[in-house]
Amino acid sequence: MRWFWLDRFTEFTSGTRATAVKAVALSEEHLHDHWPCYPVMPNTLIAEGMAQAGGLLVSEIYRFSELVVLAKFSKIAFHGLVRPGDVLTYRATVDQAKEAGASVTVTAHVGDRPQAEAEIFFARLAADSVARPEGMRLFDPNHLFHWLKLVGVFDVGTRPDGTRLRPEDYGFPSLTSDL
Amino acid sequence: MATATKEEIFSKVQEALVDALGVEDEEVTPEATLQGDLDAESIDFLDIVFRLEKAFDIKIERGELFPEDILTSTDYVDDGRVNAAGIAKLKERMPFADLAKFERDPVVQKLGQQLTVQDMCNFVEHKLAAAA
Repeated sequence: MRWFWLDRFTEFTSGTRATAVKAVALSEEHLHDHWPCYPVMPNTLIAEGMAQAGGLLVSEIYRFSELVVLAKFSKIAFHGLVRPGDVLTYRATVDQAKEAGASVTVTAHVGDRPQAEAEIFFARLAADSVARPEGMRLFDPNHLFHWLKLVGVFDVGTRPDGTRLRPEDYGFPSLTSDL
Repeated sequence: MATATKEEIFSKVQEALVDALGVEDEEVTPEATLQGDLDAESIDFLDIVFRLEKAFDIKIERGELFPEDILTSTDYVDDGRVNAAGIAKLKERMPFADLAKFERDPVVQKLGQQLTVQDMCNFVEHKLAAAA
């Protein structure tokens, strides 16, 4: 299993908000391990998807250059069940951000139906802790860049003024040179 | 908010702590300690700071509520205990907190453990007065 709990961003506005989608497929193993004979997407994994959407939005605030960790869900509530064939839409909004961390509100919907809402808190680990050998194993910029490309952050990402986010602005290779 | 009464301040601090720590209203008494009674962990302090900033429309700088820079400085800490210079510095930086109990046994870890809800209210009152 690959730990990707959103498929693609459809909107990503620097420091402000992001929207991502996750299509739920019957072929996914985890659906069959939750309740026997009644495949649903576990709410814990929906929470993970919400955290990934919010976490990447927060990570951009710190220039994608430092380790941002999920510190806590201050609040979370779920409604209904998510079945194979459903498409989850995660909408994340930055509430507050400081040097030490940030809080975001994330909602999950299936179509117009609310499925979950959460307040999620992320802590930013200081640059010196990431530079230590054990920190490096937790945070590899190449892996992060690969993930950002897979989920389309640089396909849809903009600054609040509408200009595009470019990988080279964050010290990553440009998309053209990477081909 | 500069004219907020003590009751208004307590009520908003209480709401912030209930939301940040998932505790009940009645658990948040003025005497309750954040870490001991309300089970606040280090990450909760930033959450609490965010909520206080929003509730009172104030800005709280890093180390203002809890001066971790003093508690980790070799100038102010000897063998895990805050020295006389450190106590003086803490009193200067934390005029809102009652440090009498801490002074009797100034083990670094105990400062956070002794911080009470009333200390938080005093902190907000101090901030609002400074902004007025």
